[in-house]
Amino acid sequence: MKQTSYKNLTRGIISENPTLVMLLGMCPTLGVTTTALNGLGMGLATLFVLILSNTAVSLVKNFIPATIRIPCYITIIASFVTIVELLMTAYFPSIHAALGIYIPLIVVNCIILGRAEAFAAHNNVFQSLLDALGMGIGFTFALVALGLIREILGAGAAFGYQFIGEDGYPILMFIMPPGAFLALAGLIILFNKLRRE
Amino acid sequence: MSYLMIFIAAIFVNNIVLSQFLGICPFLGVSKKISTALGMGCAVMFVMTLSGLVTHLIYFNLLQPNGLSFMTTVIFILVIASLVQMVEIILHKTSPMLYQALGIFLPLITTNCAVLGIAILAVQKNMGLMETVCYNLANAMGFTLAIVLFSSIRERLAVSPIPKALQGAPIALITAGLLSMAFMGFSGISH
Repeated sequence: MKQTSYKNLTRGIISENPTLVMLLGMCPTLGVTTTALNGLGMGLATLFVLILSNTAVSLVKNFIPATIRIPCYITIIASFVTIVELLMTAYFPSIHAALGIYIPLIVVNCIILGRAEAFAAHNNVFQSLLDALGMGIGFTFALVALGLIREILGAGAAFGYQFIGEDGYPILMFIMPPGAFLALAGLIILFNKLRRE
Repeated sequence: MSYLMIFIAAIFVNNIVLSQFLGICPFLGVSKKISTALGMGCAVMFVMTLSGLVTHLIYFNLLQPNGLSFMTTVIFILVIASLVQMVEIILHKTSPMLYQALGIFLPLITTNCAVLGIAILAVQKNMGLMETVCYNLANAMGFTLAIVLFSSIRERLAVSPIPKALQGAPIALITAGLLSMAFMGFSGISH
């Protein structure tokens, strides 16, 4: 029992990392990671929705007819996303402005619907919670790592702290769209190499 | 903004996939062959134009006058999901040929963030009805262009010797990065 719990928690972080191994939720991963802080904000917002939706789906799984389960899950997820959106507008307006359209798009993040369908619909509440926590941490980790790489290379800064002066020449491309693809490719190569060893 | 500018801006300058990062999942997932990429592109064009029309009408006639703008996300995703389902049923009954070509792509479109994303962006920008339809169609065309270009490169890559470390996702992402760099060249057109 303890072992399964541990496995459910850690699976999302390394062996089945949703971003770096499964390649799910690519839009926010590439879209918001111009800085490490934006990556962290997006990661935590998704983690929050993932925990709530996995718990809720696991709680109601026996009451939902199988044929209409996907629309039901989407409605549950969309409600939680709306909650997150309203909370962020009220308490973190600057991060909300930076993440923009990607906050409502958490609804269609395949990680969340994927975990609801593949895990929460067949497991008890506690295990679903652990699974959501692991997957959410794995996603956040990937976003912060990617954001950090892009911010260091593209702006000469880390978490907003500028360490290259005005006479430095950061590789501007990395905070522009092409850099997102290239940095993610590099991160996946590195992650795969470390994972195999 | 003239309608021609909407099309040029959405297809080349702010390409939905390569510079706005919407619809990356199908872009990476169904781009191994040109024919499937084209099918996906056509299905997206169809659904996106239709959803733009419907979500626009719902937002400005139902949600905004009643102060329900905060429900946008929930309502829009439900509208898109049911719209996709409806299109699938209608195509199945009326045009088996078209259904055969587009059918398998339709369920995938519900979770294509490009459709929801563009619907939300269009109402945020306060566009008129005709503008919204053009904006949606133009973005869908941009998606089709990007995925077809990308799939033709991937068809060539499939028979090329690729270093082991780059095989699979990394080489696909590097290719997309180069494609995105090429599209940055268009950024001088508008502004």
